[in-house]
Amino acid sequence: MASLKCLLRSGRNAVSVVLRREFHRTLPASLQVTVRDALNQAMDEELERDERVFLLGEEVAQYDGAYKVSRGLWKKYGDKRIIDTPITEMGFAGIAVGAAMGGLRPICEFMTFNFSMQAIDQVINSAAKTYYMSAGLQQVPIVFRGPNGASAGVAAQHSQCFAAWYAHCPGLKVVSPWNSEDAKGLLKAAVRDDNPVVFLENELMYGVPFEMSEEAQSKDFLIPIGKAKIERQGDRVTLVSHSRLVSHCLDAAAVLSKDGIECEVINLRTIRPMDMETIEKSVIKTNHLITVEGGWPQFGVGAEISARIMEGPAFNYLDAPVARVTGVDIPMPYAKILEDHSIPQVKDIIFTVKKTLNI
Amino acid sequence: MRKMLTIISNVLRASTKKNGAQAVSEGARVVVSSRSYADFTPQASFDIKGCDLHRLEEGPAQQAVLTREEGLQYYRTLQMMRRMELKADQLYKQKIIRGFCHLYDGQEACAVGIEAGINPTDHLITAYRAHGYTLTRGGTVREIMAELTGRRGGIAKGKGGSMHMYTKNFYGGNGIVGAQVPLGAGVALACKYQGRNELCVTLYGDGAANQGQIFETYNMASLWKLPCIFICENNKYGMGTSVERAAASTDYYKRGDFIPGLRVDGMDVLCVREATKFAADHCRAGKGPILMELQTYRYHGHSMSDPGVSYRTREEIQEVRSKSDPISMLKERMLSNNMTNVEELKEIDVEVRKEIEDAAQFATTDPEPPLEELCNHLFSNDQPLEVRGTHPWTKLKSVS
Repeated sequence: MASLKCLLRSGRNAVSVVLRREFHRTLPASLQVTVRDALNQAMDEELERDERVFLLGEEVAQYDGAYKVSRGLWKKYGDKRIIDTPITEMGFAGIAVGAAMGGLRPICEFMTFNFSMQAIDQVINSAAKTYYMSAGLQQVPIVFRGPNGASAGVAAQHSQCFAAWYAHCPGLKVVSPWNSEDAKGLLKAAVRDDNPVVFLENELMYGVPFEMSEEAQSKDFLIPIGKAKIERQGDRVTLVSHSRLVSHCLDAAAVLSKDGIECEVINLRTIRPMDMETIEKSVIKTNHLITVEGGWPQFGVGAEISARIMEGPAFNYLDAPVARVTGVDIPMPYAKILEDHSIPQVKDIIFTVKKTLNI
Repeated sequence: MRKMLTIISNVLRASTKKNGAQAVSEGARVVVSSRSYADFTPQASFDIKGCDLHRLEEGPAQQAVLTREEGLQYYRTLQMMRRMELKADQLYKQKIIRGFCHLYDGQEACAVGIEAGINPTDHLITAYRAHGYTLTRGGTVREIMAELTGRRGGIAKGKGGSMHMYTKNFYGGNGIVGAQVPLGAGVALACKYQGRNELCVTLYGDGAANQGQIFETYNMASLWKLPCIFICENNKYGMGTSVERAAASTDYYKRGDFIPGLRVDGMDVLCVREATKFAADHCRAGKGPILMELQTYRYHGHSMSDPGVSYRTREEIQEVRSKSDPISMLKERMLSNNMTNVEELKEIDVEVRKEIEDAAQFATTDPEPPLEELCNHLFSNDQPLEVRGTHPWTKLKSVS
């Protein structure tokens, strides 16, 4: 059993070891890789793999990226493939979409998704709808990426979460990675996808290191878009989240575990298309569902999950209504104390779990 | 008096004969039409209106050579486009075409002239007044009309409609005013990136010319020297607003500022062709983008829901029709230079009319798209997925 697991995890290496009849060597220690470096690796590998892939956006080239996510890429690939744009989102997003129509595979970076609002017509009307309107004649293989949601102290105009807005639209795929493996595998999958993908990163996660398995270090490591991942098994309650708040859910789960409450934590990974099957299966097991997101409550990710749970088989297994943990329904304030109380904290999740379980 | 006239006409005839005589020696190698009209002039040279220039030392030549073949081909296409739009008008009034329908009649010289000035391997994108370009870029009248009537034989299988038609190297048909301009520059970027000697013609109207994203595009296209020909089809009205009421500067060919520009008579297919060739040479030489303003006119209103006479007079429309109609202009040129005769042109008219009738027949009898197609074409090269219907119990499926 152990050797089978080893084989599955290490693939080729293990086979060659077995064939050579040596002792099982321990796998190389998994690396600690930050989300930023994982994104960088993903782009580097995809740029190398396919000539048609290129990156454009503000400060992506000579500045190494506003958040250093594209560090070193301009030095390696040059002006043709890493393009600094003027501060004209509507224009360069449109140019990126046109380049995708013309046969290239652009990665269009928005310095934050707040600025994507200036270009949102190009994302929705020019990118998302085109394959359908042309009845399959014109594909648009493009990735729009950048930091999304709340940061730290950047106030109202720079803190909005766009998951719900983009996930509302057919023709788009919307992805929201949490850790380094997510970041790398999903970005590579997004670049290789022949459709428009909105890739929502999180600025506060860029510097966070995570263990990256050997499998994840491979140049062909892909995570399928549209599949959620169970980060932690549990049986009392299901916590569904995406992006940074997955960390909060795991922290809450650790605290609750001490009280004997085992939470199942699901990392959505993809917002659209949403993996309802994984959520339903979990709810059927735990009978309780809580959604956790950083964005505003109205018409949000949690609202969608709640509605869909009611439409599916899992409704009959619920012992309590679905509860949503969300950002506060206000523009993001600046003062630290106010900002801290505008987004879900670990204690909010714990409180909600206990309320849902009637404890 | 009569003697005077005879002398003058003799002189004129002699001079045309001279042109014809020069041409015949070259023309002997030109393939003449299969009909044995051996005494038709195989080609002639025409004086065309000069262009106003912006940041250019010299403009296109003020003479254009037209061969008999070219003339007949342009005539056929112009006429086909005209008849197609008029048929669409008819079908719309019969409520067989619905929604938006923006007709191109009057502006035909632009589409035909541009296509004559570029290669089929070049690229083109325009806004919603797109039926003419769909035709010149390879669409058939049949599939265009069937798309307007929303049938499965339509060029976009009935899913796009009037404003969303696509063919190879033609990127629509775009509904959002101005959005197609950055897209066109993006296609040009792809051309340059992939090292092909191709360019992208990016069209927009006088109404769109004030859009911010167009100026953003001018900036980037210039910075990166993209092989993009920006073309403003100035038909004097953005919907119901005349250019004077919409633009602080109506010199659209100068609005590119640092981009060289030329203002062209858009009612003359030869003018448009020569200007396009000039612009294409500029781009292919790696000099970056260039801007053309085509002064043109639409006979119909903005769309079928606009009668087109509340903001302009019927006299104005009639004057353009009688003095500057592109089809009449070409016809007169060819007839007066003995490049064709009335019978031959009439034959073409009859053929065109038949093709339009056949297409309209197809467009009204072809069945609508099957309901199974409703959710298809959401994603390219993807696994089938389930799509939410109008209520939770509908099970809809989407296939690439």
